Amino acid sequence: MTAAALKIGDPLASHENARYALLTMSRIRRLEEAVEDLFGRGMMHGTMHLSIGQEATATGVCMALGITDQITSTHRGHGHCVAKGADLTSMIAELLGKENGYCHGRGGSMHIADVATGNLGANGIVGGGIPIAIGAALASKMMKKGTVAVSFFGDGAMNEGAFHEAANLAAIWKLPVVLVCENNGYGMSSSTHVAFAIKTLAERGLGYGIPGITVDGNDVAAVYAATQSAVDRARAGDGPTIIECVTYRWKGHSRSDKNLYRTKEEIDEWKKKDPILFFEHVVRERNLLNDEEVASVHAEATSQVIHAVNEAMKGVPADPAGLLAAVFKTVESVEVTA
Amino acid sequence: MTDRMLTMSEALREAMAIAMEERPEVFILGEDIGIYGGAFGVTGDLYHRFGSERVRDTPISELGIVGAAVGAALSGMRPIVEIQFSDFTAQAMDQIVNQAAKIHFMVGGGLHVPLVLRAAAGSGTGAAAQHSQSLEGWFANVPGLKVVIPSSPYEAKGLLLASIDDPNPVIFMEHKLLYKVAGREEVPEGAYRIPLGVSRVLREGKDLTVVATGIMVSRAMAAADLLEKEGVFLTIIDPRTISPLDMDPVYASVEKTGRLMVVQEAPEHGGFLNEVIAKVATGPSLGSLIAPVVRLAGMNIPIPYAPQLEKAAVPQVEDIVKSAREIVASWR
Repeated sequence: MTAAALKIGDPLASHENARYALLTMSRIRRLEEAVEDLFGRGMMHGTMHLSIGQEATATGVCMALGITDQITSTHRGHGHCVAKGADLTSMIAELLGKENGYCHGRGGSMHIADVATGNLGANGIVGGGIPIAIGAALASKMMKKGTVAVSFFGDGAMNEGAFHEAANLAAIWKLPVVLVCENNGYGMSSSTHVAFAIKTLAERGLGYGIPGITVDGNDVAAVYAATQSAVDRARAGDGPTIIECVTYRWKGHSRSDKNLYRTKEEIDEWKKKDPILFFEHVVRERNLLNDEEVASVHAEATSQVIHAVNEAMKGVPADPAGLLAAVFKTVESVEVTA
Repeated sequence: MTDRMLTMSEALREAMAIAMEERPEVFILGEDIGIYGGAFGVTGDLYHRFGSERVRDTPISELGIVGAAVGAALSGMRPIVEIQFSDFTAQAMDQIVNQAAKIHFMVGGGLHVPLVLRAAAGSGTGAAAQHSQSLEGWFANVPGLKVVIPSSPYEAKGLLLASIDDPNPVIFMEHKLLYKVAGREEVPEGAYRIPLGVSRVLREGKDLTVVATGIMVSRAMAAADLLEKEGVFLTIIDPRTISPLDMDPVYASVEKTGRLMVVQEAPEHGGFLNEVIAKVATGPSLGSLIAPVVRLAGMNIPIPYAPQLEKAAVPQVEDIVKSAREIVASWR
């Protein structure tokens, strides 16, 4: 996906947009299936947090963003990264600990950032990216860049102090930022029903003077529409918006998850609300894509991911020799008068 | 006294004004730094000179403030965060330690965080346990942070300008007892930079090498003045930055004096100057030592309130004089 492909617009606006939305969701799904497979075969180490089932949120949000708009992402961030336009080979190479990975093997799954596509990085700390997005929006406002910052975070992050402090700063300074809560129902094993005493997480905005909206996070067009109006508000100088995208992760929190806190029936129920199948249904109904085109989109995504895995495998293992020199950015010439 | 014998507050304010004049991307954010002029008066009139956008008052929200600074730094700005009391960095630790310090490394070098976090540190004001700590050692133990401890107005101005230029996060620990006092030397007008990672030898004496940080530098200098009258001569070394740390002048001095004393206000246990001792113990000048190394540090207690208790908790000039006299007399 090239950088110029961003800022596509409404997934239902045209055949091309519908194809882009489906392809992006399919690429995310295929990439994460490949990751799970590589882990299962012992070819990747560490841990992994898969977003399978949540692809519509990342895709719908990023279709409303331009290449210079910025995002902060989460530990479950592969989808955001792909949707913002990242290179699949560099992503997989990073997960494989290769020198040609995004972070040269230093960060892994939870720390992929991509400056070229405005991705300020995934984050291993729940809520860690929210204040950072506020700062990016502050910079945009002070430098009159006209860009918007989007912070992706989960339902769990909404109970972190970082969310509250960041939301307040965004509101009082009317910053061009969109706070996207991916409510997948669980912070690891804690259900939102036990972790919150409010009906919708979007209500959290009330305490800060921030409008909040709850959308079906598995409906890419609905996510896009909510994001587009929030982005418009932000660019117009009207400040932040909270978008709660209600979705579900099919896989466990991470590799160690035995799904003891939820039932198989619940998981199966949500699989019926598969964001990809749902979108296929919509585009067929609207005559945007036919069966053949849908199949070709998935074939294209699969072949891109296979190609990326094969290319990533060719990379050399990350080299410890460069580690010490990588801690600090080199100081530009500092005038010495002492 | 000339009119360039500034206090440390004035020197810091000059540095920030110069940086803001030089670079449009420099701005300050923190609690009560605007009209109030800062809890210790450091930002002073900068709000009136540079406006509310660039001298940005914030709510009481340390985590949010530092996080916003990290995000702004990633996006082309050069923020200077003022934390009213360094103790409150505990509120912002995630953004300092897990975010600012690590982003450049963990994302593979594509991003960097040119951020300066200024914080008022140290005891002596009767503010007790939660407003008086010397926490520099916390940050020195985190790869990815630079840690600067100015010991005088001259050092403060040059080190702050270099810190603002630095493309990495810098923790800048200002001892609050130094804010209102002038140093021993004039502060040049205009811009000058003191590079981070270069120790300064403030005086040379044949008997004992003293490595001191922050306010302990001026206490060590006062002790050296007194001891000189008794015929005991001290070398005083101010590392100025504890991360990165420049040990070469320490090794060179220990080779000449054969004796080493380290002085810090922070509690002894796990304190940063233990690192200086460890480096001497494993470094080229070990064989020159003719005496046990002397450690003067804060007691291993929270800073207490009552004046006599507070004073007893951290090294004073007389403690340095006494220990220096003893070590030089006992080991010849």
